[in-house]
Amino acid sequence: MADITIFQARTIVTMNPSAPKATHVAIRDGRILGVGALSDLQGWGDYELNTQFADMTLMPGFVEGHAHAMEGTLWRHVYCGFFDRMDPNGKVWDGLKTLDDVLDRLKQAEAELTDPDAPLTGFQLDPIYMDNITVTRHDLDQVSATRPIGILHASGHILNVNTKALELAGMMRTGLNHPGIELGADGMSIGVLKSPEVYMPVGPIIGLDRAATDADEPGLRDFAKLCVRTGTTTVTDLASRLDDNAVGMMLRVTGEPTFPARVVPLKFFMGHTPEELISITLEHKKKSTDQLRLGRIKVIADGSIQGFSARLRWPGYHNGAPNGLWYIAPEQLSEIYHRALEADICVHTHTNGDQATDLALDMLSPALTAHPRPDHRFTLQHCQLADQAQFRRMKSLGMCVNLFANHHFYWGDEHYRLTVGPERAERMNACRTALDIDVPMTIHSDAPVTPLAPLFTAWCAVNRITASGRIQGEAEKISVEEALQAVTLGAAYTLHLDGEIGSIEVGKHADFAVLDADPTTCDPMTLKDIGVWGTVQGGRIFAAADL
Amino acid sequence: MIPVTTIGGYLGAGKTTLINHLLRHPDGQKLAILVNEFGALSIDEDLIEAQDDDLISIAGGCICCSFGDNLVGALMDLMQRQPRPDHIVIEASGVAIPGAIAASLSLIQGLKPNGVVVLADSETVRDLSNDTYLGDTILRQLKDADLVIATKTDLVAESWSHDLGNWLATVSPRAALVHAIQGRVSSDIILGPRSPGMHPEQNRHSDSLFKSKVFPISRPLDLKALVTGLISPELGITRAKGFVLTPTGETVLVQVIGRRAETSTSPNRSQHAVVCIGPAHTINTQELDRLFNSV
Repeated sequence: MADITIFQARTIVTMNPSAPKATHVAIRDGRILGVGALSDLQGWGDYELNTQFADMTLMPGFVEGHAHAMEGTLWRHVYCGFFDRMDPNGKVWDGLKTLDDVLDRLKQAEAELTDPDAPLTGFQLDPIYMDNITVTRHDLDQVSATRPIGILHASGHILNVNTKALELAGMMRTGLNHPGIELGADGMSIGVLKSPEVYMPVGPIIGLDRAATDADEPGLRDFAKLCVRTGTTTVTDLASRLDDNAVGMMLRVTGEPTFPARVVPLKFFMGHTPEELISITLEHKKKSTDQLRLGRIKVIADGSIQGFSARLRWPGYHNGAPNGLWYIAPEQLSEIYHRALEADICVHTHTNGDQATDLALDMLSPALTAHPRPDHRFTLQHCQLADQAQFRRMKSLGMCVNLFANHHFYWGDEHYRLTVGPERAERMNACRTALDIDVPMTIHSDAPVTPLAPLFTAWCAVNRITASGRIQGEAEKISVEEALQAVTLGAAYTLHLDGEIGSIEVGKHADFAVLDADPTTCDPMTLKDIGVWGTVQGGRIFAAADL
Repeated sequence: MIPVTTIGGYLGAGKTTLINHLLRHPDGQKLAILVNEFGALSIDEDLIEAQDDDLISIAGGCICCSFGDNLVGALMDLMQRQPRPDHIVIEASGVAIPGAIAASLSLIQGLKPNGVVVLADSETVRDLSNDTYLGDTILRQLKDADLVIATKTDLVAESWSHDLGNWLATVSPRAALVHAIQGRVSSDIILGPRSPGMHPEQNRHSDSLFKSKVFPISRPLDLKALVTGLISPELGITRAKGFVLTPTGETVLVQVIGRRAETSTSPNRSQHAVVCIGPAHTINTQELDRLFNSV
């Protein structure tokens, strides 16, 4: 058998400006030998022509620059979200529009459980879309009074539980005194536990234990299935605790012959001194493989805007809520930056609020002066409220940005009405500004917070439509080409991988998204609806239908 | 119930020094210290008996654990340990809101909040309270405090300390104030006194900066009047604990932390007494005598 395969496609969108469109791509040893017309490629020697994509469009495999592998582990629980969503096996679950719908689906799942003590766990509930109703333990007791039930909200910050779950956690008692726990007339919790800290005692009882933010082995495989179904060939896990066991597991699983994605886990900063953090990350870096890219750090500076825990500059929250919380002290952030620059380790910093963005900029500037590091590609993650002046500073400091395009669809209305008000809501996730100022930019899903689906993410940035159907921030729209660039080369750039992936050109890995239609010629409003046949990753073919 | 003291305050306020001082003077108690991360807390080496990834064993049966971003999980683990610690001390991160930490204690059965102690660097705290990034966090920390320890008093002039005290009284309205040098604060101030009568050694403080006095009670007292008196700033105490006989013949456990008092029912006892502690230069034993005699 020839060791060269040439794929024929209806169109190949290369994202390489010197040869933007082609019909054939030759691959050998998992890498791209050439792109062009068949006649351009025949000079490489004997080949096998593969025509199975002759009616399809090939693009560079999508690169998701901010997701969490726990999306894979969540799908073993019951989907309770408002929007239709596809699971790792390709089943699309209908969105649930009312509380009764949610309870019905839970009852159905409950009836299928054989172990009478087994917990029933759901995820992705979002009462924002149900007139902000409060789901209480009494509601969930209708599903079962004898087994523990817990339903995680889409934000990940709130857990609804039934009475049994509270009992088993020792929380069905008076004397709970915490702002995250609303008490009923009987002095007992109503079953709404706000913040991971508050629901920690219940977590293990309903199968969401403390390591739930890290994917386990089957979770990682399921996460990779979602990658295939969405055309994603490189995905970040942002962030992971990455203890020795987790690193060993990820190396093993991503090294399996049928594992279909490159995984880029970033080391979570918390629980280590800056010095330890750097030395651990340097050790990890040495263990990197083609399929598992280790050696980067994720820092969290503040909380979330809809949770009112993001750090905002004046005038603060639109509804008058007090300013949010710091997750790191300025001195600590500064020390991590200094040490990381010195050790040539890239740091991605979560800054939701504009004051957190200011802090990151303020801390990086002197660190860069002390340790000049051209091409550092330090990246601000989410960076949802940045204004033009902040983007100009990012530019001058050589920073990249990963904007939360999906957020705009799911919570844009909430931001407009409640959290930051119309003006700042219009400019949130300012993709146009970033590109105009020439800050290297990508866009993300933050899966499982919103679904992993780079074409949907591109659609969000192109159309800026909110869940209620309004266009919010016309001036910050970007073109389809720019959005596609963002979810391929744009994300690859923030990971220092743009020389290996992100476009279809000679020498790069043979990582492709296989699509039913050409996104560059479709109606921009239908971008999210383009069917994904599957992927080619490292030259291996993965059909979504065969997973 | 295991008492839990939360120690807050910004980086450099002296939390590490204070904790080392506590570990040197645990007064026979098995302390469990919970910290964000080990490296940031440099426990004096001569105190360390053994260390692994999650735990440092300290002479005298004390331990130190790191909790990273999962305090509640670490506390749940601690409740499973044998032997159980006598007292838990949480060192909050420099930007944590200690009141939120204290609130989370109610989530776990068997823990009892024992006060929020916030350290304030005498030299820098007022500047920090005006910092663009940190000002509101610092003020929220101080507002939550039951006890504010102004550290590094030796590095500032007396008039500065005095002004600082006035300012702290406005931003920490609920707190008692203690000035400290090199973390030298009596363990009883941080952990609270043990019940009077059970530990005759309790008057032996690590130095002469603090003073405690036991007030035996031989008749029923007006609980409300007593508590109102004990939390008034004029008496200059930081903590008090003891058993009081009420006019109905019941025994009530009284605990004072800063300007806040808690009372709870207790099995009846034959002997009643309250121990009061405060900085030697502020505790007004004469007024205390008068209070216990008049209510």
